[in-house]
Parts: sequence; structure tokens; C-alpha cells
Amino acid sequence: MEIISPEGLRIDGRRPEEIRRFNCRLGVLSRADGSAYLEQGNTKALASINGPHQAGDKAKIKHDRVHINFQYSMATFSTNERRNRPKGDKRSIDISQLMREIFQSAILTDLYPKSQIDIHVQILQADGGNYSACINAATLALMDAGVPMKDFICSCTASLVDSKTIIDVNNSEELHFSNPLLTLAILPTSEEIILCQMKSRLHADHLEDILKAGIKGCKDIYEIMHREVLNHVREAAAVMNAT
Amino acid sequence: MLKSRTFVKKTRKGGVVKVVQEHYLRDDVWCGVIGCSSCNTTQAVLDPQCLNVQSNLCPKSHFIIPDTNVVCKQIDILEENCIKHAIFLQTVLQEVKHLSASTYRRIRDAIANPEKKFYVFSNEHHKKTYIERGKDESPNDRNDRAIRVAAKWYQKHMQDNCFQTDIVLLTNDVENKEKAVQDNLTTYTMYEYVMALTDSPELMDKLSGDFEDDEKNQIVFAEYLPLSKIQSAIKAGRLIQGTFQSSRDNYKEGFVRVHGEEQDIFIKDLDSINRAIQDDVVAVEMLPKQEWTKPSGLVCRDVENNENDNAETAGLENTAREEKLENYIADALPSGKVVGIIKRNWRPYCGILLPNPNPNARRFLFRAADRRIPRIRILTRQSSNLLGQRIIVSVDAWQRKRRYPEGHFVRRLGPIGDKETESEVLLIEHNVPYQQFSQAVLNDLPTLPWEITDDDAKQREDLRHLTICSIDPPGCTDIDDALHLTALENGNYEVGVHIADVSHFIRPGTAIDIEAANRGTTVYLAEKRIDMVPELLSSNLCSLRSNVDRFAFSCIWELSPDADVIAARFTKSIIKSQAAFTYAEAQLIIDDKQRNDDIAISLRSLNVLAQALNKKRLDQGALSLASPEIRFQVDSETHDPLELVKKELRETNSLVEEFMLLANITVAERIYEIFPQCALLRRHPSPPLSNFDILLKSAAVKNIQLQVDSAKMLSTSLAQADLQDNPYFNTLLRILVTRCMMQAVYFCSGTLAYQDYCHYGLATPIYTHFTSPIRRYSDIIVHRLLAISIGADKTYPDLMKKDKVQELCNHLNFRHKMAQYAQRSSVSLYAQLFFRNRVTKEEGYILFVRKNAIQVLIPKYGIENTIFLRSADGSELPFIHDEQNLSLTYQDITLQVFDRVLVEIAVEHNEIQGSKIRLQLLEPQVCSFSV
Repeated sequence: MEIISPEGLRIDGRRPEEIRRFNCRLGVLSRADGSAYLEQGNTKALASINGPHQAGDKAKIKHDRVHINFQYSMATFSTNERRNRPKGDKRSIDISQLMREIFQSAILTDLYPKSQIDIHVQILQADGGNYSACINAATLALMDAGVPMKDFICSCTASLVDSKTIIDVNNSEELHFSNPLLTLAILPTSEEIILCQMKSRLHADHLEDILKAGIKGCKDIYEIMHREVLNHVREAAAVMNAT
Repeated sequence: MLKSRTFVKKTRKGGVVKVVQEHYLRDDVWCGVIGCSSCNTTQAVLDPQCLNVQSNLCPKSHFIIPDTNVVCKQIDILEENCIKHAIFLQTVLQEVKHLSASTYRRIRDAIANPEKKFYVFSNEHHKKTYIERGKDESPNDRNDRAIRVAAKWYQKHMQDNCFQTDIVLLTNDVENKEKAVQDNLTTYTMYEYVMALTDSPELMDKLSGDFEDDEKNQIVFAEYLPLSKIQSAIKAGRLIQGTFQSSRDNYKEGFVRVHGEEQDIFIKDLDSINRAIQDDVVAVEMLPKQEWTKPSGLVCRDVENNENDNAETAGLENTAREEKLENYIADALPSGKVVGIIKRNWRPYCGILLPNPNPNARRFLFRAADRRIPRIRILTRQSSNLLGQRIIVSVDAWQRKRRYPEGHFVRRLGPIGDKETESEVLLIEHNVPYQQFSQAVLNDLPTLPWEITDDDAKQREDLRHLTICSIDPPGCTDIDDALHLTALENGNYEVGVHIADVSHFIRPGTAIDIEAANRGTTVYLAEKRIDMVPELLSSNLCSLRSNVDRFAFSCIWELSPDADVIAARFTKSIIKSQAAFTYAEAQLIIDDKQRNDDIAISLRSLNVLAQALNKKRLDQGALSLASPEIRFQVDSETHDPLELVKKELRETNSLVEEFMLLANITVAERIYEIFPQCALLRRHPSPPLSNFDILLKSAAVKNIQLQVDSAKMLSTSLAQADLQDNPYFNTLLRILVTRCMMQAVYFCSGTLAYQDYCHYGLATPIYTHFTSPIRRYSDIIVHRLLAISIGADKTYPDLMKKDKVQELCNHLNFRHKMAQYAQRSSVSLYAQLFFRNRVTKEEGYILFVRKNAIQVLIPKYGIENTIFLRSADGSELPFIHDEQNLSLTYQDITLQVFDRVLVEIAVEHNEIQGSKIRLQLLEPQVCSFSV
């Protein structure tokens, strides 16, 4: 199957360095301290934040910084074939662990010693780039909750097809296992790389190209996320001023 | 704008899932017309001013939009040079891709050709031309509508931008055409369009027709099962899938090769073959065991008469009756019949038109050069031009009620018997890409004068001080290997093999690389060679000519005087060959005791080492096999063959060969060590014991017992096999052994277990090709791998993927096989030209004995041909075939395998087929038969 047609269009009609339609809303759940709903193409994710609050599990209390409890899950109805175990499988636990480390590096953890922040992200519909969507949704929810962070964390995927880089890879493109898949997360202002995960093999010679494309994708996503956060703050401010 | 596409599809497990995909619609898909004011025209190819063809129907300049059916069926016409300025819709291309991968590739090639001015319009992603499938609309109707909508958009777009150019929709579908006319579109069928082209009437013959059933025909083949049924039956094991291989000897028999099975399924008579043509992928139903048969052993060619359906029907019935008479056969093969076609693998065939006695006839039978292809019926109005010519024909369909498939004329090559034409035929028949290199490929060549830059020099080891020389056959211009030897102080020798560094010039992914990969190998014909890389590289920049600086990839060993490898290293280098010898010259220097210069001394040492290496190899069980190889001395002006020369073997041949083998083995070990998953290696599988049956049987006739359990035992027992009265016997045996062998093949190391890597013929556990990168693409890949392993080059993705490498290997194997066949055909073509004006008596040996024929090899000319045992009036002689003793007896004459016979070689002229070599048996004399 041609992932990029000779005319330069991908299967879904995008050009190689275009991201999918990106939609997000902040504050969608009123009971949570912060929440966000996000769509990257057909990948849809919902994130909610509880805390910072007093740590529930005494064993996990850290005297100098906040404990981050991250839970990643996929809805049973999120994939083509219905899955029976929505969470608690090994992969989700691994990802949760990884995500915790990612967010530890951006959240100013030492501001809340002996407390805990819960981040729950659920993938409602999976269509490629699930981890990216998960990171972006969690960032937005943290913004909504007002948790102080060094910067946004923006994530995007990239791949290399016939020596051409493509970004924001969707499911039908991901299914070609032989193509490498890079999941990248950066702090957009400093371009510091937080996560760089590679599936399948890629020769080091091409790493630079694919990283460059991935960073561009992250920055495109940052633009949209940043605008959405500003809008949300503006609306919130308007409501506060009115009352 | 975003649309969502939803469809259901079946998973591999058989479940049904719903797939939801995004579908983006864009406003930046351009129309591709030069000078369009509302589009970005950087990639525009369609010229609105250009009047492309002279046509009665559309006198103005126009762009054509063919629909799917037209592209699939009339690809031959679309590929014609006079068809230009066409718009291909994405919808059409997607449908074509689903229907036929080969047509898709051809149309993509045509689009890539800038001369054709074909433009692809991505209508499915265009905001204004995308349509949703209606409620009760079938996918086909939806696509037809999409094509009409896109055509309509183009029409309007052209008007809006004040172009005077018409848009012409080409469709053969009646309904579609009606609807298009309602939409005010200019629409023609392909037939109407082509008929109206005034300046190229010959296109008409290339039209692929629609054929009505002809009720009067009696022959009815069984109907094929529908594909869905076939698939489920194959899954359930009731049917078997395989590739149909027609028998070369008997057109009424064939085999179906099943993937992964050693035993082929035998198919007897035309009814069971059921319209399968060579290489088709078919579904076979096994016959009950009592109906199993075996090949008749007869050599049988199809009748030459034209359109004589009655006689053929009779023929069919006859075979059916014969069938019933035959009872249960003891050594019957598993037999089956074809019940369905899974995939047709038709290609354009070369051949000739058979004359039709009716002077006004328009239907003709076409006979392909490949014996395994049935006759093809074609319709032509220019038969007078085509008779006596080699032509190419494509098959369109094979109706149930037709004895022969229907086809159409594609191209004329030239007169039968003409050297150029016949060479071209054999190139086409063996699928050898022989066209001139395209401009894109030539653009990738380095510009002359080519010089070694400082950068190059820095990255390479300078070996110009060494005494390096090359040894090749006379007249060789593509020298890809050279040797050197230096005596070391510790009594050992430093020996270097220097191979042309082709991978320096052919970078991965460039046009020249893609072309070379496609060609796969240089093909050597009797009078010329078809280069894999352009001549500038093959004969100049890469060729290690004497006294010029050249880039090389060197493999340097330290060898002990017993030729044991102490150490080996590889390096990219710059060398300067001191001399380019022929085998004979080098031999003279070695033998000339007077000469004691550097070159002579090193050649002698090399020779001693080579002999030691050779001995070691033979001790390990390497086979030395024989195959009669001949060469032609060709007249330099007319290219007519002057003399037949048998290839001579000298010590120096073996000298070069031994070091090349050593280099190949050393490199194979190295790349396998570094790239265990993706190294390109070469293996020669040990033949299954059943392959030796005919050899053992033949040898047993002469009371010789051969041991075939291992290569070592085979070579020992071969060495001992000799007959007092037949000095040529041993060579004959070796020729037969060669026929028992499997093909050596390239493969990717990750696809097999290590013990399967072994090379049977050379008796080495691992082997590859490294030493001839100018003429083999496999060597270029090996060079790249080796260069990466020493840090001299960079990788690229396809090199590291084992499925891609294996795919390439399969392609190269195919090309190599075809190149070999083409080479052989070329030799026999020249043999034919050589014997054209002479009649020669020569002695030959019987290689095989058939029921009604013997196969004779003439060692002097390397000719092998079948002699039918017929009397002068054409009736068969009552020879008694003894299968145990492999002999034919008639009265007091016995013809047995390995017997020496005297034959007369002559060229037989036949009006229809041109000429071919014919052997006549002179001795032993058979009455009323021998001349």
C-alpha cells in the first residue's frame, strides 16, 4: 500500500508534514479539579486532574515533593475490536509509569511537598498517536487545574516512509510495522526533549530528519494548545469579572 | 474540510470490524493545466494550446479522461506515443490498482514519463469533486459518478479560466456514457475515439475488443467457479492453489506447482487444463486415485492450421476416448483438473501470425515463440504487413466456447530471421530490460573529466604503489577485478583482490540505482551485452583498466604458503593496475621461464596458491561440473557468426576463480557476522535425491554405480566413472549431473537457518557474490553492506529490512535465471545463423531417450536437439521403448542412452516459423528414415 501517493498526499488526504485536525476543550468535567477533552483526528482522549491533595497512600508520601499518580486507560470501545480489560493490563501500567516520569519533569513538584496529584487519562477512541494524545490532554487538564508547570508538554508522532518524514501518524499508517514510529514530547519554549520513544528500527543516520519533523509537529500542536488555553483563561476571567 | 469514511472489512481471523477513517478534503489540489490563473501551476503538465492528435471527432485541442475500464483494458493504447494530455483521476487509479497490479504499474510508469504529459488529479481529496455514496448506490456506480463529477468540474474549470480546450471522457460503459451525455459532457467510447484518429490508423489493431459468444462453436470448456467459492474451498482443503506450468513437450499436458510441495500436480488434456495459460495461478481439484495418469512421453505440438475448428473438436474427442481405453496405471502421478483461475499472469507475447488461406480474412491465429503458450486469435486489418514478421500480442480473454484465447496486436518487431529482430525477441521473451538508459539515469553519472578529489583520497587507502594486474577474457572492457601479491618477511604472502568500487558511483535511491536494481545483471549475448549500468561506468570509470587511477574495494589477506588464511581485512582504496592481461597472456608469462620481473613472480606465486586453494576445495567435496560452452567469433562489420569456438580452460582461469571464491567467502562471513538478519548471501541447496533418478538410471545402464548421498561422494564416484570405449562418457555424466542440480539463489540471511546457507556446488557453508559489481546488482548490495561494516559508508532503511532484502533477492534470482536463458537462446540463434548455409556431419551422443524421440548432444558445437523418429513420409516408426534400459529398438537397431551417433546438422527453412536447426540421424542407419 502506498502511504504517500506520488502526488504527495497521504491515505487520508494530508500532506506529509501536516498534523490532523486538532480540537480541544478545557474544563469539561465540573467535579474534577481540572479536565480537558481532546481530539487529534479520530483519536479522542479525556483527562481529569484531582489535587494537589493530601496523599492517600502513606507509603507514597514524599517529604520534599508532590507524588504524581498517573492512570492511563483505554475505553473498551476505543478500538475496532472490543477489548475486555479496560485497564490494569501490563501495557497500561507501563505507560502510566512512563507518563508519571514525563510529568514529574515539567510540574514544579517541590511546591507541594507531602501531597499528591491524580492524573487520569482515558482514550475514548484510538486512531493512532494514543500516547501523544494522552500527554497533550493531560497537559491541558493540568493547565485547567492551575498546577504550576515549567512549560507545556506537547507531543507528536513522526515516521519515515520511503525516506520521507510524515508526522502525526494515524492508525492505518501505524499498521505498517516495518516503518519506524517515533513518539516525541518536548517543552516547546526550550525545545527540550522530554520523551523520545522509537518503535521498530531506524538507522541513526535518519534520526535527525525524523526528530526535526517531530519537533515541528509538536510546535504546531503547541500553537493550538496555547491559543486554546489563552481563550479559556480569557473566558474564565470574563466570568470572574462579571461576578 | 473533513469527511469521515466508514466501511466494514473482514479481518484475517474472519471477524467483521468497522473501520472509521478520516478523509480530508483540500482546496490546494491543482488542475495541472499550464497557465491556469486560479491554480498553482508549478507542476502543471497539460498544455491547453497543444493540438495533440488529429481526430475527426474532436478537432479542437482536448484532454482525455479515461475511466477505470478503459485504463485496464486499453493500456496498450494509452501507452502509445501519440496519446498525450490525459487526466487520470485518483478514483480511476485506485480502482485499477485493485483490479490489476501490473496495469497499475504500467500506467504509473506512463505518468512518470514527462513526454506523455499525463496528469493525476486527486479528485477524492478535492473539495469540489468529492462525493458521498448515495443510499442505494453500489460502490461501482459511486465511482462512475465521481469520475463524471470530476470531468464536469474540469469542464467548468476550463471555461472559467477561458481555455478553449475540451474535456473528453472515455468510457466503454453504456450506462455511464448515457449519464455523462445528460451532464453535457463530451463522451466517447475508446473504440469511437481511436477510430476517429486520422493520423494513426494502426492503433485500431491494439484495441482490446469485447467479444460476443459465437453459438456455432462446439467446444465448451467447463465454467470456472466463482472466486469466493474457490477461496472457501481452498481454506477447507477441497481445492489446491498453485501455478500452472504448461509442458514444453506436449501442449495437452501441464503441471500445477504447489507452493512448498515437492510433488507437482499433473494435468492431462485440454479439458482439464481448462483455459489455464502458463504461469496463471489456478485452483485445482484432485481427481480420484483411479483416474490418475502420467505424462504420455510423447512429444506433441499443436496443429498449424488456421481456424479449423472441426478438426480440433475431433482432436479433443479423440484424446477423451484414448483416456477411457487406458486402464489403471501403476506409476501414475497425482492428477487433477483446473476448476478456477485465481490470478491470470498474462503478459504480452512475442510470436508470429499464422497465414490464413482466405485472403480477405481479418481473424488470424497467432503463435507465440514460447511453446507453452497456446495460439491466440487476433483481429487485424493489416495482415499483409504482419505476415512474416515478429509481432507482440496481448491476451484479452478466453471465452468458454472458444478453442483459443482472444487477443490484440501490440507491436511489430521486424522480419522473421532478421538478426536484430530475433535478438530483440529473445530479450523480450526473457523479460530483459534492454532499452536505452533514460535521461534521468544518465543525469546521475559523474561529469567528465572525472578526477580524484582530495576528499576521496583522504577516505581511501592509497595502494597505487602495489603491482596490481587484472586477468580477463579477451575483449573484456568491464574489468571488475584485479589481483596483487607481495611476499612478506615472515614467509607468508599478502594477497589482495581489488574489486571495482561501483557502489561509490551508484548511490542508494538514485535513478541509476533503481534502474540497476531493476536490470539486476548485465546480459551477455553472442554479439553484444546489455549493460546493467551505463557504459561510462561499466567500461570506463569503474573498469579497472591498466595505468589509470581507479577506486577499488580491496580485500587483503595474509596467506601462508599452504594457502591458509592468517588474517583478512577490507578497505576502500585507490589502485593503479599495471597491466590488463587476457587469460592466454597471463598463462604465457607464467610459463615463460625467461621472465623474472615483479609481475611474473607474483603471477607464479598466485598460481601456486590458487592450486593449493583448489585442492582444498575439492577435498571438501566441491563439484567440478561440465557444461558445453561455446562462443562465436563474430564478424566485426556484419555481426555474422564466422566461427564456433569452444571455451578453453587454462590454469589462469582457475587462478582468478580461486581468489574470487576466496574473496566471496571471506566477505560472506564478514557481512553475516555484522548483519545476521539482513546480509545478502547466495546458497546452492543440495538437490533432493529424487533429482538424481534419471542420472542413476542412465549410469546403471552402463553398469556404473554413482554415490549421490553427499557432494563429496558424488565427486569421488564421478572421478572414477569411466568407460573404455567412450572417452566422452565422463563429461556426459558431468553434464547430466549439472541438470540434476538446483538453482543457486540469493537470499537474505534473516529468512533461513544457518545450516541452510550452504553452497552445495562449492562445498562451503556460506557464500555470497562480491567480485563483479559492474555486472551484478547483488554485488553492489554486498559492497554497501561491507562498506558499512568497516565504517566507510552509511546505511539506508531498505538495506536493513529483511523483507525488502528478500524481495530484492527474489527479483535478482528471476533476472539471473532469465539472463541465463537469454544467453542460451542467443547462442542457439547464432548457431542457427552459423549453419544457415552449410550442412555438416558430426558425431553426437544420446542424452535422453523418449518414447518417440531421442535427444542428442553434439559436443563440438554444444548443440542439443531432439530427433523425432519419423520416416520420410512423416509416419511414426514402430520403435519399441524400453524404459528400464532407456533404449529404443526397431528391427536390429537399438538406440540407447550415451550411444554415439552420427548426425547431419542443417538448417531447415519453414515458411511460417522461419528457420531452425534440424538434426538427421545418419548412423546407425534406420531404413527409410536416415538419409
